[in-house]
Amino acid sequence: MGHYIIRRLVISIPVTFGIALITFILLNVIPGDPVALMMKDHISADVVARVRAQMQLDDPAYIRFFRFIWNALHGDFGVSYKLNRSVSSLLMDAFPNTLILAISGALVSWIIGIPAGVLSAVKKRSFLDNSIMGFSLLGVSIPVFWAGLLFQYIFAFWLGILPVSGFDGPEYLIMPAIVLGWSSAGTISRLTRSSLLEVMRNDYIRTARAKGNLELKVVINHALKNAMLPVVTVMALQVAGLLSGAVITETVFGIPGIGRIAVNAIQNRDMPLLQGAVMFTTVLVILGNLVADVLYSLLDPRIKYD
Amino acid sequence: MNDASTILEINNLKTYFYTDKGVVPAVDDISIKVKKGQIIGIVGESGCGKSMTSLSIMQLIAPPGKIAGGEILFQNKNLVGISKAEMRSLRGNELSMIFQEPMTSLNPVYPVGKQVAETLLLHNKHMKKAEAKQKVIEMFKMVGIPEPEERYRVFPHQLSGGLRQRVMIAMALICRSKLLIADEPTTALDVTIEAQILKLMKNLQEEIDTSIIMITHNLGIVAEMCDYVYVMYAGKIMEQADVYELFDHPKHPYTEGLLKSIPRSNVQQNKEKGLYSIKGMVPNMLNLPKGCRFHPRCIYAEDACREVEPDLVDVGEGHLVRCIKYKN
Ligand SMILES: Nc1ncnc2c1ncn2[C@@H]1O[C@H](COP(=O)(O)OP(=O)(O)O)[C@@H](O)[C@H]1O
Ligand code: SF4
Ligand SMILES: [Mg+2]
Repeated sequence: MGHYIIRRLVISIPVTFGIALITFILLNVIPGDPVALMMKDHISADVVARVRAQMQLDDPAYIRFFRFIWNALHGDFGVSYKLNRSVSSLLMDAFPNTLILAISGALVSWIIGIPAGVLSAVKKRSFLDNSIMGFSLLGVSIPVFWAGLLFQYIFAFWLGILPVSGFDGPEYLIMPAIVLGWSSAGTISRLTRSSLLEVMRNDYIRTARAKGNLELKVVINHALKNAMLPVVTVMALQVAGLLSGAVITETVFGIPGIGRIAVNAIQNRDMPLLQGAVMFTTVLVILGNLVADVLYSLLDPRIKYD
Repeated sequence: MNDASTILEINNLKTYFYTDKGVVPAVDDISIKVKKGQIIGIVGESGCGKSMTSLSIMQLIAPPGKIAGGEILFQNKNLVGISKAEMRSLRGNELSMIFQEPMTSLNPVYPVGKQVAETLLLHNKHMKKAEAKQKVIEMFKMVGIPEPEERYRVFPHQLSGGLRQRVMIAMALICRSKLLIADEPTTALDVTIEAQILKLMKNLQEEIDTSIIMITHNLGIVAEMCDYVYVMYAGKIMEQADVYELFDHPKHPYTEGLLKSIPRSNVQQNKEKGLYSIKGMVPNMLNLPKGCRFHPRCIYAEDACREVEPDLVDVGEGHLVRCIKYKN
């Protein structure tokens, strides 16, 4: 297992490098001179030229790329053009917010999604099943920004029991977590349902019944662990996705997280910040995939990596 | 009717499947009797209703299937209509079953020892886990699993098919069940392993003094294992007799065909005569032939066979046959 993890980490080095390269190329073909954007209109051309030279922006692209890589390897992602602070400190400030939002959103989706999926499967084709699956479909298909605005309207403006936006305490987390969790609860419950129904057709379920187990125990002890295998993979990837910034939720609820940083960086042509945010996200997604595979092998004795 | 030596008595059991295309009489009015310590065989081609008969006894028929009639008396108690809780207390305890597919009948995510211990703990509420483990290891020894302590901890995929079936047998007999239903327990195994497993079952049957219903499509197994045999065709019993009587004096044309299609041990003979097989196919259960349901494949069929369904008649000495050639 240890070897497997190390090998996976080694493989992810070229992947990360490739993504860095692609991002770098894309950022360099976007029109708009970042220095001109940074400065006000009335600044003279030779000042702009001096600043460009100072920021080493006139060096050939490949030199700038390898300089970026070299510095990044030393934990230095440069300084944000717009905010004039180091990119790493900006990301580190934003990350805890994103982390809290991601974890609470994921928890909401599991707490709703898994039991709902199990109930649906056990009461297959009943009124309950149809209702749960109807709600899941709503969760999957209603856009997050729309649900967010609806929640804000109901709970902040109308009932006035929750703050509209911002991030100053636990009460600020409730709406974004529910909105975020709700949308993936639909996916989780549908997946849990179909996986459990599939597992319930297996011969070992008949064996579990033939032993004299209660039907509830057949489902919980014998079917669920098998049925959760594909669900856990999706859950780990879901967390990785949420950690890389729930862009829309963070924007709607004004949460200063990674997603918001990335959006602002794009608007401001803030190349170092955007490049930094993308690299950060890349590493999170790679780690998320690795965690998913490791979890899978821990749950499924048939899978052993070496 | 019912004496102390009878462990199971099935009377006029009907298990039907209510499908969109119509009613499938998978088990169509069968009666079977198993005495204490007896091994009875149910033999017939694939699809004739053997598995549905065993699942009916276990009360594990799933929709759209349903027991549509008859009674299943296990130790004089009718299992048809029994409460779920009562049935659960019998399953795995006094009444147990092993399945055709050892490869898929064990849960892949739990160690095999734990799966056997579960049965024991389910039916012995006060037993400690350590004691259950000890008993499972003893049972593993009894069913011939080498290195039982180590094997307790391994997962199903780490065992061969033969060993997995031994685990299933251990699971079925760990509570010293009174009746073991073995549904084609060796069909998925190769011949050498098959012989070992059959020998083991026969030994255990004597040791634990359980009764066995041996379900198979292989008359060779019946000859080796069983005391009494039921020949099943398209949901009905066609012939039943003591095993020697059946092999020496088969009466039903279907039984005759089955006996002729057993491969000879003499390879030369097989080559010269070719392997006999009953012509035609198992009938469509949704659209059974009128009259004797075997008539489209029967070499003795006459006009009357296409009109009326013959009764199961007693031709003496516990030998019953369903064919118009025999009347009592
Ligand atoms: N779920 C089902 N729906 C409809 N018919 C079924 C179903 N399961 C079994 N049957 C019918 O029951 C018959 C007997 O099946 P089975 O007892 O499994 O045969 P076997 O003798 O091979 O064990 C089959 O021929 C099939 O027509
Ligand atoms: S009743 Fe007729 S068709 Fe049926 S087995 Fe006897 S002879 Fe053959
Ligand atoms: Mg079968």
